[in-house]
Amino acid sequence: MGENSTRCDGLREHVAALPGIREVRIEKGEVAAAAERDRLVALMTRLRDEPPFLFAQVMDICGVDWPEREERFDVVYNLLSVELNQRLRLIVTTDETTPVPSVCSVWPAATWWEREAWDLFGIAFSGQPDLRRILTDYGFEGHPLRKDFPLTGYVEVRYDEDRKAVLYEPVRLVQDFRRFDFISPWEGITTLPGDEKLRQERQE
Amino acid sequence: MSETAVPSKRTVEIDHQSINFGPQHPAAHGVLRLILEMDGEVIERADPHIGLLHRGTEKLIEYKTYIQAVPYFDRLDYVSPMCEEHAFALATEKLLAIEVPERGKWIRTLFAEITRILNHLLNVTTYALDVGAITPPLWGFEEREKLLEFHEAASGARLHANYFRPGGVAKDLPAGLADRIGEWAETFPKFVDDLEELLTANRIWKQRTVDIGAIGGAEALAWGFSGPCLRASGVPWDLRRAQPYDMYDQVEFAVAVGRNGDCYDRYLVRLGEMRESVKIIKQCLERMRPGPVKVQDQKITPPTRAEMKRSMEALIHHFKLYTEGFHVPAGATYTVVESPKGEFGVYLVADGTNRPYRCKIRATGFSHLQAIEVLARRHMLADAVAIIGSLDIVFGEIDR
Repeated sequence: MGENSTRCDGLREHVAALPGIREVRIEKGEVAAAAERDRLVALMTRLRDEPPFLFAQVMDICGVDWPEREERFDVVYNLLSVELNQRLRLIVTTDETTPVPSVCSVWPAATWWEREAWDLFGIAFSGQPDLRRILTDYGFEGHPLRKDFPLTGYVEVRYDEDRKAVLYEPVRLVQDFRRFDFISPWEGITTLPGDEKLRQERQE
Repeated sequence: MSETAVPSKRTVEIDHQSINFGPQHPAAHGVLRLILEMDGEVIERADPHIGLLHRGTEKLIEYKTYIQAVPYFDRLDYVSPMCEEHAFALATEKLLAIEVPERGKWIRTLFAEITRILNHLLNVTTYALDVGAITPPLWGFEEREKLLEFHEAASGARLHANYFRPGGVAKDLPAGLADRIGEWAETFPKFVDDLEELLTANRIWKQRTVDIGAIGGAEALAWGFSGPCLRASGVPWDLRRAQPYDMYDQVEFAVAVGRNGDCYDRYLVRLGEMRESVKIIKQCLERMRPGPVKVQDQKITPPTRAEMKRSMEALIHHFKLYTEGFHVPAGATYTVVESPKGEFGVYLVADGTNRPYRCKIRATGFSHLQAIEVLARRHMLADAVAIIGSLDIVFGEIDR
């Protein structure tokens, strides 16, 4: 563990010195950095080629949706250097319309991960020649991993024997999806049922 | 007849044509749809269409508690279920900042290796089937059945085990299982020898695999390769060695490395790994000591059944655990394991509630399949089958 933490500290200092890095922190023994979107490609090229980094591999690119934020999406790059045995997590933020520069020129493996982020979150990547959908159905609409996309989706598909065709129909559920509130009354509820009015008056 | 025929002087113009390989093709290993642009029988371009098995696992996990999320991992790579659970269990443990007891770690290491052999047995033998050999799968599946019995004895299920849980394993090994695994480990190397006798020096096998789909080390890295596929290209990178988890830093094993990065080397690396896995299994059995198999914190792992009959506290814990689950402090981690196919990662974002905020699954085969574009270029159509077989892809995992 001690060896790991000294290595993380070393990497953190090196990464923090790069242009285009906003902040670097160590989270649970993993180095995580926030970067500026506009300088991403130059930054990634340096991370791939320069001696203290040598991140020859991008293992994973994924989106995370935080709808309440102004720039709602995180794009998370998980880099790995097999030569120096180190990892780096790099995060840039974006919104629905602003594209993130594609890193497919840096690592060819990025193409499918970017396609996936586009498909599931609607994050656009500029300079990506092949930005097709990848995981969802042909002709699918919407971006399912966004937090405002319902778990059940909007359409369901079936084969109709009479019409000899595959049909898409709006989802019909016999029972609504039940989302239980597990907050225990000893921890979460500060107002007992029936006392709502009293509580409101007190706050005013 | 041919001597009397007038030599034909017709010029035949061959146009590029596209063919559809799959999604209903036995050699597509599931539901791969490959659009192949052909120049005669030579592949000019391969464009895989994936997602035909997309079930929205990541979305579903966001609506489940951490314990309820575990079974989804069995259904990703259904050929190596326990290794997938392993990644999720380790990620959750990291966020919870808990340490699994020693016996729990040994059992996990043991079953991760059993799962590795299970996976390689299936891959190597069906890969042989793809290129025309029928005997290896017949033998290999018999051997797999013995291993699946161990899975069943430990977890209650042959395939979808739900055995590695955050905090340890679901339950201790039943009496006598360790001895049975030990007996099997004595006989298994003989089986690998037999399998090798069928294939390694086989002329047809070598014609179909040697120098097919070769990729160099640097290129393999750029395409995000990991696991046996990367090692076959001569990069000695194994997460069990480089970034050990559970008990991998305590066991001795060799890392099998290839040289040419072709289909044949990928097969050889897997064979080598099976032999090494047996060694790890033996060490696990030898060094395992009785003790608790999961964290002794009833806020995270359930109490025993017997305890629940007597203790009100235990009953409450059980009820809370299986309705509300446990709350995980806010944070994020990217935790990886060396699954039989390569680096399998979970990027887990917790927001302090009882459900994951985001659970990204880094599927191993995703980047391997992506590289088929370069692997299959200028190869014959039949070689595409060998390449797909050698990459060890499973669609449950790629499509998620």
